[in-house]
Amino acid sequence: MSKEREPGMSLIVKTITRLTVGLILLYGIYIVLHGHVSPGGGFAGGVIIALSFVHLTLAYGKDVALRKLPKEVTSFFEGFGALLFLALALLGFAGGVFFLNILGKGEPFRLFSAGIIPLANIAISLKVGAGLFAIFVTLVLLKIETEEKS
Amino acid sequence: MILYILCLTLFCVGLYGILRKRNIIKIIVGLIIADYAVNLFFVLVGYRWEGRSPIYASDADILNMVDPLPQAVVLTSIVIGLATTALLVALAMRIYGKYGTFDITKIRELRG
Amino acid sequence: MIPQNPIVPFFVIIPLAGAFVTAFIGKRFKRLPDLLGFVSTLGCLLLSVAAVWLVRRGGVLVYSVGAWKPPVGIAMVLDGLTAFMLVTVNLVACLVVVFSVDYMKRFTSKWKFYTLFLLMLAGMNGVVATGDLFNLFVFLEIASVASYALVAFGTEKEELEAAFKYAVMGTVASLFVLLGIVFLYSYTSTLNMADMAVVLAAKGPSDIVLLVSVLFLMGFGLKAALVPFHAWLPDAHPSAPAPISAMLSGVLIKSLGVYALCRIFYNVLGMTPKVAELFLFLGALSMVIGVFLAIGQWDLKRLLAYHSISQIGYVVLGLGLATPLGVLGGLFHLFNHSVFKSLLFLNSGSLEHATGTRDLQKMGGLMEKMPVTGATNLVASMSIAGIPPFNGFWSKLLIIIAAVQAGRMGYAFWAVLASLLTLASFTKVMKYAFFGTARKAWEGVTEAPFFMRCAMVLLALICMAGGVLLVPGVREAFLSRAAADVMEGLHYGVSVFRCVG
Repeated sequence: MSKEREPGMSLIVKTITRLTVGLILLYGIYIVLHGHVSPGGGFAGGVIIALSFVHLTLAYGKDVALRKLPKEVTSFFEGFGALLFLALALLGFAGGVFFLNILGKGEPFRLFSAGIIPLANIAISLKVGAGLFAIFVTLVLLKIETEEKS
Repeated sequence: MILYILCLTLFCVGLYGILRKRNIIKIIVGLIIADYAVNLFFVLVGYRWEGRSPIYASDADILNMVDPLPQAVVLTSIVIGLATTALLVALAMRIYGKYGTFDITKIRELRG
Repeated sequence: MIPQNPIVPFFVIIPLAGAFVTAFIGKRFKRLPDLLGFVSTLGCLLLSVAAVWLVRRGGVLVYSVGAWKPPVGIAMVLDGLTAFMLVTVNLVACLVVVFSVDYMKRFTSKWKFYTLFLLMLAGMNGVVATGDLFNLFVFLEIASVASYALVAFGTEKEELEAAFKYAVMGTVASLFVLLGIVFLYSYTSTLNMADMAVVLAAKGPSDIVLLVSVLFLMGFGLKAALVPFHAWLPDAHPSAPAPISAMLSGVLIKSLGVYALCRIFYNVLGMTPKVAELFLFLGALSMVIGVFLAIGQWDLKRLLAYHSISQIGYVVLGLGLATPLGVLGGLFHLFNHSVFKSLLFLNSGSLEHATGTRDLQKMGGLMEKMPVTGATNLVASMSIAGIPPFNGFWSKLLIIIAAVQAGRMGYAFWAVLASLLTLASFTKVMKYAFFGTARKAWEGVTEAPFFMRCAMVLLALICMAGGVLLVPGVREAFLSRAAADVMEGLHYGVSVFRCVG
């Protein structure tokens, strides 16, 4: 990558990214939160959240994206999501069985229903989103390292 | 029946890619295709005649759904495939850094 | 709520929690990953000994995760075979963690090692403790992917190449297993292993079961490194760091490969004479080819890897005899091989730590400089070669007697021949590495650090005392229950459902 060109893609791509990346993030959050009433859930929503950040990286270059979501924060959310999921599963022991659905189940088709499942979806989406973005950033940085060495 | 045979043919295409291609990236793509074919086969096995998607809705009737278990299982299987692919791609990039080539016939330090 | 014993899921929870906590905060403290790894594996070891005692007292333990009763929900089943495998896996894991406290000092990011190690352990514990076929596949994949990453841990040229080949072959094997699971699901419409056993016993033999048997044999046979699916093992096991080689060769191929073969072919699909014949043939082939390829090797770890193939052949031969004594011998040899093969790999790690090389022709006369390593290597070599009174002798004797009792003289002959060649091969190792004249290059070599010595001595003590497991009082609790659970075959389904309530 030469220093005269600025990183990222052309102006059209940058403008469209500015308009849509927030919507993609919101859509991902919507899929995560409604995982127990409509298809989707933690994994699919987490992938879409990660994709919004990947979109930012592709359009603007890695420096801008890493300023929005630094590597330490990504690692933190990754570990936090995993620990939150394990904590939710262990919470089932309060009811007697591992992974028991202990919160109130509510009526079907409402947003606040189905006990522990929405919380588990959130934990999974944190882990998957942060994890996928971390994989992408690591591979990009690895490529730049290999290019600089050769 | 013809659908199942086509699905298994896709699996064989992926297997051909793994066995006969020389470029590491093509081997990884073959693996992805084979993984995809097995997942597709699992979902197809769950099909029931005149079934619709196995999602409860508050306003529709619930007769005759397709089998929901393969759908949950395939979700897990896709995640596993993603993790394996990510690891293989990272390994492939490291190999390129050390060996300088993606050709698997030239990466033969270990023998015997 | 059904009263059920709550320790069963902890075999998966403890290593998983250890892995997640290490990944979260392990970077900041220098000693925390070691401590967490040791505490987790020690906890699992104590729990598995408790599990043996519980199974002896109460029969099969079934735990319904989330209080969903099987066959609707996922069940974790702890019977004699599971308790036996859990003790094997966790014992070796605990001692390998003790070893790697000192050995892994040469690598910079220890927390990554411990995260992957504990994930692999959680996967292996999950494979043996689960009662649901797809859950077994998920844990199999967790352990396999963690092991691909661990083989490439040092990121040298050979390690990356070996890890890539291992990863591709392992993934293809997992795809075959998944294909088998799909066919089995479409035939029996359930994923619970006990329910499947009941359904298959009612339906009788059919073509789909034959297809599924072949697919599972290919898939799990590759994970167990049976010939002709062994080609990844001689590259992957030497290239990994020594504690990982010990884990891979000592427990991973047994927990993922041999245990799964045993459980599925005996308890779920039903052992037919044709499949038993195939086990015998593949076992004998592995035994002989492994040892013939091992003799000519000069790289110490590659030699040990080929011997792993050979000894797994013994185990599969014992299992294929399908008689109570044969299965008992096979399972006992599985336990013994975990112990002495891990000890051999840890010794090679200690040698590499001291001299920096794995080539037998460059070493020599290290016995005076490294007495602990030399003595434990002698104990392990005598165990693997089958010299009385070490533990290898008893298990090989049981397998050969069982083969003779079943009228399989040819297989008994090949077993004795392979044992003699193993003895020859390890005499070569002892001569070139430890005895003989010391070279000038190894003047300043010292013994291994404290934790490494600790782990090796403990494993050697277990090797020497291994014959105790055949004493009538101890045998009932540990080995006989495991063999009986294998031999009961399709009756497994009925036993599990009786305990669900």
